[in-house]
Amino acid sequence: MLEKALQGSRSYWGWVAFLAGLILLGFIAYMRQFAVGLGVTGLSRDVTWGLYIAQFTFLVGVAASAVMVVLPYYLHNYKLFGKITILGEFLAISAVTMCMLFIFVDMGQPTRVLNVMLYPTPNSLMFWDMISLSGYLGLNALISHVTLDAERKGIAPPHWIKPIIILSIPWAVSIHTVTAFLYSGLAARPFWMTAILAPRFLASAFSAGPALLILFCLILRRFTKFDAGREPIQRLAVIVTYAMAINVFFVLMEVFTAIYSGIPEHIEHFEFLYLGLEGKATLVPWMWASAILSVIALVLLINPKTRGNERTLVAACIAVFTALWIEKGLGLIIAGFVPSPMGAVTSYSPSIPEVLIAVGIYAIGIFLITVFYKIALSVRGEVKV
Amino acid sequence: MERERRALLKLAGLTVVGLAGGALARTVEASSKHAAKPGTKRLAMVIDPRKCLEKDGCTDCIGACHAAHNVPAIDDPRREVKWIWKEKFSGAFPDQEAEYVDEALTSKPVLVFCNHCDNPPCVRVCPTQATWRRDDGIVMMDWHRCIGCRYCVAGCPYGSRSFNWVDPRPFLKSPTPDFPTRTKGVVEKCTFCDERIGKGQQPACVEACKEKALVFGDLNDPDSAVRQTLRARFALRRKAGLGTRPAIHYLV
Repeated sequence: MLEKALQGSRSYWGWVAFLAGLILLGFIAYMRQFAVGLGVTGLSRDVTWGLYIAQFTFLVGVAASAVMVVLPYYLHNYKLFGKITILGEFLAISAVTMCMLFIFVDMGQPTRVLNVMLYPTPNSLMFWDMISLSGYLGLNALISHVTLDAERKGIAPPHWIKPIIILSIPWAVSIHTVTAFLYSGLAARPFWMTAILAPRFLASAFSAGPALLILFCLILRRFTKFDAGREPIQRLAVIVTYAMAINVFFVLMEVFTAIYSGIPEHIEHFEFLYLGLEGKATLVPWMWASAILSVIALVLLINPKTRGNERTLVAACIAVFTALWIEKGLGLIIAGFVPSPMGAVTSYSPSIPEVLIAVGIYAIGIFLITVFYKIALSVRGEVKV
Repeated sequence: MERERRALLKLAGLTVVGLAGGALARTVEASSKHAAKPGTKRLAMVIDPRKCLEKDGCTDCIGACHAAHNVPAIDDPRREVKWIWKEKFSGAFPDQEAEYVDEALTSKPVLVFCNHCDNPPCVRVCPTQATWRRDDGIVMMDWHRCIGCRYCVAGCPYGSRSFNWVDPRPFLKSPTPDFPTRTKGVVEKCTFCDERIGKGQQPACVEACKEKALVFGDLNDPDSAVRQTLRARFALRRKAGLGTRPAIHYLV
């Protein structure tokens, strides 16, 4: 099937070349990091995880969101999602790949990374995260390949794939739960040590992921012959609405518990995020932007008129995605380290090589999505249209 | 059909109960580990801050440790590596409010290093067993297995772990051949001088302290110097409420 990705229009090749350029830049920056060490990043003794781990956390959510199209289709027999399940699965594959790359570039000794398998350590959540992420990647690769192959041949997918698809549903929940456990089990970091972290991760995943999927559907409609149809997009929009509302609710619960209990080590992290601490306020404008975008998104989504109008829906989806990217892809991880367990307030902002590496990994992910969607649509082009 | 489903649910329920029970049993077992087993050691240290502060600005223990272990001297606080250092009182003991105590005590720094916890969070989170707890209580570090994920750094409530952001070797002024140097990309920390203890010596910091502010010994031996000191005077441990059970005691 891969040959479908090798034929395309000029704009297709232009887009691929653009992504390849970004990937190359990221690769060059990574070579420098590989030679010098993680000292090329903006990380420090106190803020030891930053942009990379935060992107990993955010993208795990995007990956888990495929379940929001798979579940209605396979468990509730919601036929209208039939056309877009494959888009969700391909999105999951590229998101998980990006997650793994972000973990990889964060390693101080990348050549030793297989030690995680050589010395399996079940008491470390990182071990379980590796299992759940690679399992999820394998499941989605198998499912999308088998179902797309069946579609190409114009036959029904084999029966044995159904239980595997059903398995991928709880598995999607597991990847985000285990990722939340990475953080929420640390007594050293009060900001993360909250039982609601995993539910919060799931809520944000089930809003950011489907929001991205809506945007993808609309982009595909514009540039290709593929049309997901109005009804499935509207259904996805309802899912985004509920998940986003629950996410905002969860965040407010965290703020309440921290502030009302009055425990300094719980409040300080929120102070750092929303007000700034000891004059260090790099994240403050971002966090308020995230809060405002969340409110705008909720207003546009809850109102049936603006949710029904595809123009305002696009704005709402962009707002959801950006708000959650700031919340999880910036705030959540960095604020866990500020203040440090010793009370040190250290500023962190990613360095240029760090940003280039991150952009390069995103370019790899978008490249994969481009190729996968191209294959899927070409296969469909043979079958119908 | 209904019956089958019930059987399945029962099985699933039992599995969950079994898993939870296993985890609980392990926790209970871990807490009973604190009881002294005959014939085993529990190495620990007692610090007397008053004696430590006798000589203003003294860094004998820090110098001795860092020289003996090839710890690089990196000036940039964002990149520095340290095994033992002076921390401000509010940083070392954030949960000890001491507003009305003589400021001479709380304005002075506190000597801190790895606590060699009974229940070390860093060991729990390490994905490669590159850090582990020995039977005598020392939390060890394998610099050749460490993948540099820094999960232990995130897990340590005491900030005791340093990461090598860059190659540390250019920052060594006079490296000693008796101890390995480290490479970039690995985590390191105090190992209670396992290499000296093995030869029957005291840790380098203890030996270097002329004021005898540091007392090292076996907590399982009722006649050891650490036990005698702790019997006579009240001592604090950092963030005792977290249940990590540090082996470093600070006399009040």
